[in-house]
Order: sequence, then structure tokens, then C-alpha cells
Amino acid sequence: MDPTSRAFLDNARAGLADPVLRRALGIAGVGFPARRAEAMARLPEFEALREQGKAIKDHTIAHLDFYLERYEANVIAAGGMVHWARDAGEARAAVLDICRSVGAKIVTKGKSMVAEEIALNDHLAANGITPVETDLGEYIIQLRHEPPSHIIAPAIHLMKEQVTETFRAAHTALDPARAIAEAPQLCAEARAVLRPQFLAADVGITGANFLIAETGSSIIVTNEGNGDLTQTLPKIHIVLASIEKIVPTLEDAATLLRLLARSATGQEFSSYTTMSTGPRRPGDLDGPEQYHVVLVDNGRSAMVGSEFREMLRCLRCAACLNHCPVYTAIGGHAYGWVYPGPMGAVLTPALIGVAEAGDLPNASSFCGRCESVCPVKIPLPKLMRNWRERQFAQRLVAPRYRDALRLWAWVAQRPELYHRMVEVKARLLGWLGKRRGRFRALPLAGGWTGLRDMPAPEGRSFHALWADRQRAAQRRQLR
Amino acid sequence: MTARDDILGGIRRGLGRGRLADGAAGAVEARLAEHKRNLIPARAAALDPPARVELFVAMAEAVQASVARVASERDVPAEVARFLAAENLPAELTVAPDSALDALPWAERPLLQIRRGKAEPGDAVSLTPCLAGIAETGTLMLVSGEGTPTTLNFLPDTHIVMLRAGEVVATYEDGWDLLRGRPGERPAELPRTVNFITGPSRTGDIEQKIELGAHGPRRLHVILVGDARQA
Repeated sequence: MDPTSRAFLDNARAGLADPVLRRALGIAGVGFPARRAEAMARLPEFEALREQGKAIKDHTIAHLDFYLERYEANVIAAGGMVHWARDAGEARAAVLDICRSVGAKIVTKGKSMVAEEIALNDHLAANGITPVETDLGEYIIQLRHEPPSHIIAPAIHLMKEQVTETFRAAHTALDPARAIAEAPQLCAEARAVLRPQFLAADVGITGANFLIAETGSSIIVTNEGNGDLTQTLPKIHIVLASIEKIVPTLEDAATLLRLLARSATGQEFSSYTTMSTGPRRPGDLDGPEQYHVVLVDNGRSAMVGSEFREMLRCLRCAACLNHCPVYTAIGGHAYGWVYPGPMGAVLTPALIGVAEAGDLPNASSFCGRCESVCPVKIPLPKLMRNWRERQFAQRLVAPRYRDALRLWAWVAQRPELYHRMVEVKARLLGWLGKRRGRFRALPLAGGWTGLRDMPAPEGRSFHALWADRQRAAQRRQLR
Repeated sequence: MTARDDILGGIRRGLGRGRLADGAAGAVEARLAEHKRNLIPARAAALDPPARVELFVAMAEAVQASVARVASERDVPAEVARFLAAENLPAELTVAPDSALDALPWAERPLLQIRRGKAEPGDAVSLTPCLAGIAETGTLMLVSGEGTPTTLNFLPDTHIVMLRAGEVVATYEDGWDLLRGRPGERPAELPRTVNFITGPSRTGDIEQKIELGAHGPRRLHVILVGDARQA
């Protein structure tokens, strides 16, 4: 999809004004954090596992070239094929070539954020192949021609009324008088409609949560079982995965799996964790005849040597979205591309450029909740700050902000001057606001006072009060 | 330059080195070969076999799997018949073409209609064996093979799994060891598919409410055979 991240501020305003979105995010912003907290409380080792998860990913990235080569060798040894793709275009072409090799007409898909990233569906459709999303949330938004608004719950911005409308509009062959107002009916209808598609598909495409270097296996984690039907029934299974999904061993995968579901949905383990190695074996009664892996770089290798390397640890659990006061207020579509929330605010500028997505790392109060819940301890606020610095250095910030920031930096680097200015300002504001005790509006701070009053300072700055206190303490000690 | 060379070259530039030198590669090789376990939660690892089985049952039931305990494998057909009747399901099932399941006394239940093979689109009920039960999360571990087609685990509405109490292990890592330890298996000969199954299929994609039976089975029934002391 074409990014609309440049329009972030307008997108965010639209999100804030959407009553359906407010209700939907209200459910998500409470449910996900509560379930994660319960899961953590049940596993005393959770904190120690986070530390190990971080170490495993750091070790892997530091030897990523080695592990990718080993992984490739093992995929081939198990009878599979590996296709390397530098960018989205190469990845789309690789998938299309494989689909064409069997004259595919219908392609089923498990949920894959990389497929969203490379805009695979549009490309397949433009070439006469029908892509069918099979994850319920992805299916709903595919019918609505919308991008996902969350990396694990793509239709989280919708309430069931919208899903009912969508199904009525799309499933025209079904009885118009049928009852589909409630979630169980909607799920049953999606199951019934999608089952023939699973059976008819020529190719099944899944993502991967992990690629195992030791065995050449891919692992997917789902709750619905859609990924398993997708990859078991068609002649060909294509795994679409970015290069940082590698982990060395099955033991390393086990540790990360213990973190993933708990961080994502608060489950002890997702319903289905499935490991695939190569195509069906001689004697097997089912399973795909061909197993292909499309390994996508699309900007990751350039992150290895940058100050954003730590972002490559990301497991895509979405805990940072679920705990973000900005994401849960404006929703995922405001971010304008594939990856929203704090992880998106760091990753999106790396993949599509800070000129395009510079507003994203600015949409944070740096409250730090994202970092505190990240299962692999990615310092998301620090990485967002890095983007802000780059944005400033590349003169991508509006001249007004740039000048103001420069002025502030100049003053802040001169403590004497800074303290004196603050002292004067505090006294002046204190005197001006003495009568009412607060300000309804202040020059240059309309954005702040537009939503709340500014309390009038009570005369002196914090630094001055602190200095007084220190002096008083010193006098007491001398006595 | 091929895409592969470009990508690997880009990574090496980012890491500030060329290909791993022999010494460094040796250390990474050693790490790969060692299969060293990371931190293992005490929850299941600290338990004796009978307690491990109890934990498996509790965890599986907590995610809406049902568990029935029978004394011996000979009792499995009777439990299958009882379960199907109790759930108001027709007495028809597709059974994995596996020697252990073939050996069960099906003749004692002539009313059960049985087909051996992979799953077909209309199948309502399947019965499969498994490689292990994993106590820490109530998870079943199933592997594909000539006698265990993967479609049986996903196409039918109801999936019944026979699990011997002695097959219940503590952790995923114990499951990996079983996988690696299978006779004649090298890593390159791993089964095509390993399924870790924890409860029936579910989705929370509509307003975050959990609905069972999204695309895979609505019901997951475990027939737990024997007790851990016999193992």
C-alpha cells in the first residue's frame, strides 16, 4: 500500500473523532494489558526470560550472515527452496513466479505483515490471481479494502456491526434474511465461506514467526488454524519472511515462544504453534509437494549497522501497541502504513524513510510503557528519539520548530543564563497570574492551553527552591 | 551481484566485518551443536511424573480441551463411542492409519463407522495419536508421517487425540529431544510438520471476544491412557 504517514496529524485527528473507533479501542486498550498482566503473574520466570530473549536475538543479529547461510543450507537439505529478495519488488516477483509455475488461480494466505509490507495482494490480483486472506480479521479488512490497524488483530478498529454489514455486502449468495448480528454467527459464516477456498487453493502463503537455522524450519503461531489449512492443503507452501526472523536452535525458539503469546494476547500458548520443514516426505498422505521460502530484506540489512539495530529483535507481539496511550487513542490507521504504534514509529522510518514517516516517532509522550512491556526489551523511546535527531539533522523539521529547538538548545547549554531566565519567567507568570491562579491562554502555547488551563507558578523556580533547600541543609550540618 | 550476495554483504558491512573467521565460526558452530537449554520455568520441570500429568490435564482444560482418563488402550474405542454420543455427534470417524490405533479393539464397538486415512472435506471427527503431551501449557505435540497425516488435526470439527500418560513430558525442550531422538532421524529428516496444539481453534478478532472453532476443530478431546506410574 502507498503510505499516508505524511498525513499523520490529519489521520490522528480523524481517528480521535471516530466514535466507532473510540469504542473498539476502548475494548482493546483494557483487555490486552489486563490479560498480559495475568499471564506474567502466572510465570515467575517471565522477567528472566525477557533478558534471555533479548540475548538470543542480539547474538543472532551479530551473526546473522552465518545463521542465514546455515538456514538456507538446511532448507535445501530438507527439499525446500530459498529465494532472496532485496526489496518489495523482488519479493513480489518471486512469489508471482512460483504461483505462475503451477498456473495458480486461487492463493490462500495466513496472516503475514511482510505480505502487507510488500503489498502482495494487489500484485497478485493485478496478475489474475485471487488472494484470499484466511485469518478472520484479515479476511474482514480484505473485504472492506482496508489496511490492518494492528499487527496481530488487524480488524481491531471495527465493532461487530461493521462486520455484519461487510458480510452482508460481500456474501451475496447467502440468504439476505439470515441472522448474523452476533460474533458466533459471524465466525461460523466466515468458516463456511472460507472452507471451499482452502480446498480450492493452488498455493498457500504464510508468514513466519521464527526461522530455525539449525533445522531449516519455519514456525508459525496462530489461534484459528487458518495458517495450518493454508500450508497443508495446496500443492505449494510459500513462506514469506524477513531476514531477522532467524533464531539459532529449537531451544532458542522455545524460549522466545514462552514470551510471544503471553506478551501478545496473554495466552499461556497460542492454540497452534506449527513447525514446517521442507515439503511432504515420501509416504506422507498430505502436505505440500513444494516448500519455498522467500527471504525478504527490504531495509533490514541496512539497520544492522545503524543505531536502530535493536529494532531487529522485535517479535511482532504488539504489546507496545496495546500499552501505548497514543495508539489506543488514535488507532493504527493514523500511522499511515503497515506497522503502527511504538514499534511502527521506529520501524516505518527505517523502511520507507524518515522524510515520509517523520511524524511517527514524534507521536509519543515518551511515557516508556512500550519499553517496559517489550518481551525483548527494545528501547523504543530511545530509538524514537534517534529518529527525531536525524529528522532535525536532515532539516526535515518545519523551520518554526527548528528555530525554536535551536534557541532552546542554545539556552539549555548555558546553565547560568537558563536558570536566570526561568527565574524571571516564573516570577513574571506568578505575578501576572496571581489573581486567578491560572492561565486560560498563553502566547506560543495555544496547543497546550487549548485543552487545559496552565496553573500560575507560585513565584520561584524549582532550581531556586532546591538551591535554598541545599543551603539550609548545609547550615544545619555546620551547626 | 545476486540478491543473496547483496543482502549478506550488507549485513557484514553493518557488522563491520567480513565472513566470520574460522575461530569465531567455530564458536557459533559449537553453540548450534550443543542444543543448550535456556532458562526452563519451574512450573512443570520441578514435578514428578504423576504431578506432571495432573498439570497437563489442568492446563489443557483451562483452554477448553476436554480430557477423559481411561485405564488402558483397550478402553479407547469405548471412550470414543461415549464421547460422540455425549456430544450428539454421529458415530463416524476418520482414524489415523497408525499401527497403535489399528491395534485397538474396534470390533467391540461395531456401531462405530471407521475410515482409515487422511482427512476428507466432509469428515466430522478424527482420532490421532501424538508424540507427546507437554505439561507446562497443556499442549499436544503431533508429528506428520505415513501414519499421521496433518489434515486430521485441522479439517474435522472434532479432533480426538490418544495420549498415553507416559508420553506426558514437562517442557517444549523435552519435546524437541523426543523429535531429535527418534530412530533414524537426522535434522534433515525431520517430519514435514510438527504441530503443537493447545486447546481447540479460536479467534478473538471480533470485539476481542473468544469464539471457538474459527477454522480448525471446535472440540479437542484428549483420551489420556493409564497413569504415569506405568510409564
